[in-house]
This record gives sequence, structure tokens and C-alpha cells, in this order.
Amino acid sequence: MESLNTQVIVLNFELKGSDFEAAGEASSKIKLVLQQIGIRSDVIRRIAISAYEAEMNVIIHAYRGKMKAEIFSDHTKITLKDEGPGISDIKLAMQEGYSTAPDYIREMGFGAGMGLPNMVRCTDKFDIESSVGIGTTISMTVCHNPLTIVGQ
Amino acid sequence: MSEYFHSVRLIENRCKGCVICAKRCPTEAIRIRGGQSQIIEARCIDCGECIRRCPAHAKTAVTESLDDLNQYKFNIALPAPTLYAQFAPDIRIDTILSALMEIGFDDIFEVAQGAEIVSLAIKDYLKSSAVSFPIISSACPAVVRLIQVKFPELIDNLVPIDAPTEVAGRVARARASRKHGIHPDEIGIWFITPCPAKMTAVKQPLGSEKSNITGAIGISEVYGRLLKAVQDVPAGVERRHASWVGVNWAISGGESLAVGIDKQLIVHEINNVNDILEQVALGKLAGVNYIEALACAGGCIGGPLTIQNRFVAEVNMKLRAENMKAEDTAKGRVPLQEYRESALGANERRAIEPRPILRLDEDIFKAMYKVEVMEKTLQQLPGLDCGSCGSPNCKALAEDIAQGKASSTDCVFKLRERVRDLAKEMIDLAEKLPPSLDKDSS
Ligand SMILES: Nc1ncnc2c1ncn2[C@@H]1O[C@H](COP(=O)(O)OP(=O)(O)OP(=O)(O)O)[C@@H](O)[C@H]1O
Ligand code: SF4
Ligand SMILES: [Mg+2]
Repeated sequence: MESLNTQVIVLNFELKGSDFEAAGEASSKIKLVLQQIGIRSDVIRRIAISAYEAEMNVIIHAYRGKMKAEIFSDHTKITLKDEGPGISDIKLAMQEGYSTAPDYIREMGFGAGMGLPNMVRCTDKFDIESSVGIGTTISMTVCHNPLTIVGQ
Repeated sequence: MSEYFHSVRLIENRCKGCVICAKRCPTEAIRIRGGQSQIIEARCIDCGECIRRCPAHAKTAVTESLDDLNQYKFNIALPAPTLYAQFAPDIRIDTILSALMEIGFDDIFEVAQGAEIVSLAIKDYLKSSAVSFPIISSACPAVVRLIQVKFPELIDNLVPIDAPTEVAGRVARARASRKHGIHPDEIGIWFITPCPAKMTAVKQPLGSEKSNITGAIGISEVYGRLLKAVQDVPAGVERRHASWVGVNWAISGGESLAVGIDKQLIVHEINNVNDILEQVALGKLAGVNYIEALACAGGCIGGPLTIQNRFVAEVNMKLRAENMKAEDTAKGRVPLQEYRESALGANERRAIEPRPILRLDEDIFKAMYKVEVMEKTLQQLPGLDCGSCGSPNCKALAEDIAQGKASSTDCVFKLRERVRDLAKEMIDLAEKLPPSLDKDSS
């Protein structure tokens, strides 16, 4: 008989640069699944916010990308891999308030330079790699029960 | 008694099972089963959207009636400011209040006065350091319940102060008891309500153990008698106490104006509210300080138990507020400037609990399994969201299937596929011959 337990839910999304109409859909979907499996609402909020910031960065700053959420019972891992300009100085980009967003993006309410710092603040593990002219990869992990530590 | 009280009910013989209510429900709380609309109690937030949408008028709200006044020695009416919008602006509030006395109440306390107290209290709250932005108004009980069921992570953003109705009820009861020497329990406090959401909030209070209101009577329930009484009552008796600031709470934007904080967002109509809360939950609205969210289009003047068309009501209200402003300025009257802490009943408050409805199973692994089933099922459904299956959309049917509450053949398209496959199989079978006759099989 088929087991009625599932160990991991994998969600895959394709992201397109400048596709503001679909912006946030992937993060909303991830959030919904977390609600469906009964994760604590404060934890969901952290995952949703970091996912949304990362999703928006691909839409705003890159050409296209793939987003993947792996939802386990005790933690969620989100990975984004984009094709785009890349980030030349990651340390600088990670600083609060640093943004290269042009005026029209700022008019839409983005470009405060808070995305990357928010991702770090909301996640338990945050990794970023970037090659100029090729793209950026971000990987984030959040524990569902903030008291447990997830092994690699 | 069931776990939940709901004011919104179905009148069975009127329901045609048309799915309109199910498709409009912001929490997907309605399914059509056996040709009848059924409300999933845990999900219903009593917003009244189904009452408004049902073409057969099969959805209704139970409220109390004037007969219930007999049970109390002394009865006080708490008219919602929306009541005033049901009348032309040249009919004075004093007259409307006199009409309420005429139809059986012993005294009046305007909810608009409660609104003025709450406006000042919110101003004070905004000065405290403990606030999490954006602050979300808690005046509309349907919105508070939407947050409980779908956005529990935003509970801390709600204004932790009772709604104007509750504050008005508290002050009115204490005052009447003192003034007339009546035991508080012998006083009936009746909210004249524009909506079922407030009715439910009386029976099942949000943020306190027990409501200060005895019962709620729909505006539509008393309107006919008030309309007659308005013609008969003597003019010139002054009864109005609230200023335009409180009265304005009936229309969307009125609360924000009274509170006067910068960077406000005003949203009304429950599905719009849902969209905005979705954005707040993703941390999108970082630039907004205050969100005034009302379940009804236009605010309380669009409540399902009102009589007047909401656009007419809005004009009525705007004109009325202008008249009041002019009159008060002439007489040197100013809006409320201070309030007593006791009006807020801080010691009666308790935390607003989350009531998450989306969770598929108590056991996380089973819930994860159900998510998978749901996702797979959804891919096989046509995605037309037609509602013929009795669930509001394909996603909801997929969820119902994953929960074992529906089957894929409830979908008319899936059923047709099955019938076609079966028919094909029958033809195939019919063409088969027994080996004794089948020449090919030799
Ligand atoms: N995926 C990406 N590809 C290329 N550049 C990026 C990417 N993500 C971030 N950056 C660069 O890092 C900077 C800082 O990013 P961050 O998300 O912190 O702020 P922002 O996107 O500019 O503004 P906000 O997130 O507050 O709307 C960006 O302005 C951009 O130059
Ligand atoms: S907007 Fe007003 S009338 Fe409508 S549900 Fe909320 S409180 Fe009731
Ligand atoms: Mg960003």
C-alpha cells in the first residue's frame, strides 16, 4: 500500500525578469503550502518575506531564474538560481540601504536596499554566490521549530 | 451548542444550489451539496458577502427583534452611525434618535460617541512604542475574523482596542445604571446593526470574554417603523451628542480621518481586503503606517442589513457631516477631546486567538501527503473553476478530494471522460467474438 506520509514537498517555479504581473505568486504559493501543513505563523511569515524578497530580486535585477522550495517537516529550504548581471561586490550589496534600482523601480515601492538584509534577518542559514555577467544563486533555510538545529 | 455561533444562515427552500455564494466567499467556506448551500462553520467570518450576492435571497442574518426588549427593565439603543445614512440629510439626527425612543427604547447612546472615544484611544496607542507597523484597524469584526482564519501572523498588527460599538455599550450600561439606579443586568443594550458580523461579535466577542451588548437588531428590521416615527416625533428635542468625527466612521476613510496618522491605506470590500492583507503578509507594504480595512464596499454604509443604496447613503452622510460641522462651529461645539481609560475596558481584554483554517491535518506528515494529493489532483482538473462540482473552484475541489470529502467524478468534465472511456471499452468488448467464431484467432 502507498504510504500516507510524505517526507518532502518540492515546488518549482520559473521566474521572468520584469514580469511584475506574476510577482509574488511563487512566494504566495509557498506560504499557502506552509499554512496547509500547519507551520507556526511567525515562522511562515519569515519564510514568506525572505522568499518574496528573493523572488523580487530576480524579477527586478535579473533576466530569468528558477526558484525551488523544498519543504520538510522541520525546515524549509529555498533556492534561487538566476541568469542576470550578477553582483560584483556582494558585501556592499548586503548592506542595508544599498540599492542600484533605477527610479522607475523605486516609484513602484522597491529599491530601499532592504531585500538582502531582510533575507539574512529572516532565515537561519543564508548563502549567496554570484558571477558578474552570468548570474546569482541564493540558498536559504528556515527551521520550522526555532529551537531545533537542522543538520546539513 | 456548536463551537461557533454564526449570524449568517440559509433559508433552505429558497436555495437553488447555483454556486454564486460559494464562488464569492472570501474564505471558501461554502460548498453546494445535495443542491443546497452549506456553510463550513469553522471558516465562516460572517462578512455577509453571500447574503449580498444570493439572487434567490436564500441567505439571511439572524438578529434580535424589538420583541426581545420585553425581557429587560430598561432598554438602550446603540444606533450605528450608518443608521443616519438611511435618512435624507435634512432629517436631523435628533429626530432619528427621538424616533428610536418612540418605537420602544428608554434611552439612546450613539455608537458615534464610542467611535470618538476609540479615535482618541488609537491616537494614544500610536504614540506607544510597542506597535508593529502597519497597524491594522480592528473596527470591522469580519476583517478581524478574516485575519484570525487566514492571516494569523498579522494578529499582532491589529489595534488592541475594542470596536466603537463595544465601547459605547460599556459606557452606556455604566452610565444608565448610575443615573437610574438600575442593576446593570436589568439593562438591555441593543446595537442597531448594519451587518451580521457585528451580531456575531455580540455572541462571540473578539478580544474580550463577554460583550457589553445584549443583542443586535438589524437596521432593516427597524427601518420601516422608524420611517413612520420620524414623521410623528416632535422636533426640537436635542439628543445628539456625537460630532461629525464619530458619525463619519460609517463611511470608509472616516476612521482614518479621525485617527489622523500619515501614510494610511484605506481598503474596503472583503475580497480587496484579502488582497491587501496578502501583500502585508509578504512584507510588501513597508511604507504604510495604518490600514483601515472594512469588509463592506464603501464601509459600513454598504452593510448587508442596510436599506439605502450605498452610493446614496454616502452622499447622505457627506452632506450630513458638512451640516454638522457648520452647526457645531456656529454653536462653538468641538469633537470629543478626552476620554476615560475605563471606557476601554482594558482589564476585560484577552488576546485574539488564531483560528487557522488552511491546515489539512493535525499530523504534519499526513498534511504533507494531502498537499501532494491536492497538487496532483489539481493538475488533472480542467482549471475552469466552473463550480458545477459544488466546490467554489478547481483548487477547492482538489482540497476536498484530498480530504476525502469529494471525488474526482464530482467534476462534470472528469465524469464525462470516465463515461467516454467506459463507452469505448464497451464497444471494444461488443466487437469481440467467442473463439469458436473468431476466424482471426485460429
Ligand atoms: N538577483 C540579483 N541579480 C543582480 N543583482 C542583484 C540581485 N539581487 C540583488 N542585487 C543587487 O543588490 C542590490 C541590493 O539588493 P537588495 O534586495 O538588498 O535591495 P534592492 O532590491 O535594491 O531594494 P529592495 O529589496 O529594498 O526593494 C540591488 O540593488 C542589486 O544591485
Ligand atoms: S464594514 Fe461595517 S457593516 Fe461591513 S462587516 Fe465590517 S463592520 Fe459590518
Ligand atoms: Mg530587493
